[in-house]
Amino acid sequence: MSKRPWPLILGGLLVALLLAGVVSNYASSHPDGLDSSLLKGCTVNAEDEITGGSCPAQQAKDHELADSPLADYGVRGVGNGFLSTGISGVIGVLLTFALGGGLFWLARRRGPATGAPTDGAPTGPANGAPTDPGAGAPTGSAARDAGARPAGTR
Amino acid sequence: MDTLAMHISNGIIDGPVAAIFAAFALAVLAFCVLRGRRDLDDRLAPMAGLVAAFIFAVQMLNFPIFTAGVSGHLLGGALAALLVGPWVGALCVAVVLVVQALVFGDGGVAMLGLNITNMAILGTAAAYLLIALLLRVLPRTTAGLGVTAFVAALVSVVVASQGFVLQYWLGGTADLGGNLAGLAGTMAGVHLLIGIGEGLITATTVVTVAKVRPDLVYALRARKPAVPAPAVPTAGGLR
Repeated sequence: MSKRPWPLILGGLLVALLLAGVVSNYASSHPDGLDSSLLKGCTVNAEDEITGGSCPAQQAKDHELADSPLADYGVRGVGNGFLSTGISGVIGVLLTFALGGGLFWLARRRGPATGAPTDGAPTGPANGAPTDPGAGAPTGSAARDAGARPAGTR
Repeated sequence: MDTLAMHISNGIIDGPVAAIFAAFALAVLAFCVLRGRRDLDDRLAPMAGLVAAFIFAVQMLNFPIFTAGVSGHLLGGALAALLVGPWVGALCVAVVLVVQALVFGDGGVAMLGLNITNMAILGTAAAYLLIALLLRVLPRTTAGLGVTAFVAALVSVVVASQGFVLQYWLGGTADLGGNLAGLAGTMAGVHLLIGIGEGLITATTVVTVAKVRPDLVYALRARKPAVPAPAVPTAGGLR
């Protein structure tokens, strides 16, 4: 019942690292379903750049963080395309695991070992011990921060 | 180097509509945090981290579809819903989209609410409704699980693509000359093909995990009638 999940987590991470770090270099570079649909009405050349016509994709503007060091799944300063894509993929996998895993870990239900046995209703005010309601608050706001950015100032 | 843009870019949908969807996405994700906490224990939390990391990796793998010059990639909603449940699953996909927008310049930051609505919320919700239905109807075999994963993944991609069409109808920046149906048809057709890829990847992954560690597949755990849905009133008076 309470078999540890860690062997599978480790194995899964290795697969993800391999996919993002190596296999990603063999991915198709054609526009995806969304981009290609937005290109309808335009003509494109062999590099999938717009050469004429009129289509929704022409309205696209630069990304706010287009000059981020990892923008477009490459590492700025790394000339070798294979390495650049691979390293950015590895960083992305580790970063996503750390961020996601960290947030989920903070938000998890505490087992009876760590939780207060006489826990009040979820509405009860914080009562010293890190009970469920107290532990939930910071995570909720962290998730909210992450999601709030698009609506906000940037 | 070619630009790898996989999600809605800035300028495609106007600001007010993007802001409305950002607020909508935020509210739904907050609800997912509340509901997801019931599922999140010491075992599911790291599993959810892995699911997010895995989706990030596989989203980088654009695969060609039959239409020349067009590619597709995993969205991940069905995979996440199967492995960690709908609430935590939607959060997994959202984490991926946030990382992609803030670190990898993929999908406008101002468009994040739109992308989260389509892929994390609509995709996962559609997938989970089908998963819940199909697992009840189909035989409890590996094949049953595989078919469930395939169908749920395929449909979820098409549903997510139509989420974009709705958003474009509300706030698209280019005049389609009243040809919204054309966009809807194009999006649905292309994403039906992408959905086949999504279905194959999702089914393969879930069946593999189910073979190695069936106890870590949320969808398989949830249908065991012996366990009455994890401790109903969160911490109520059970212990």
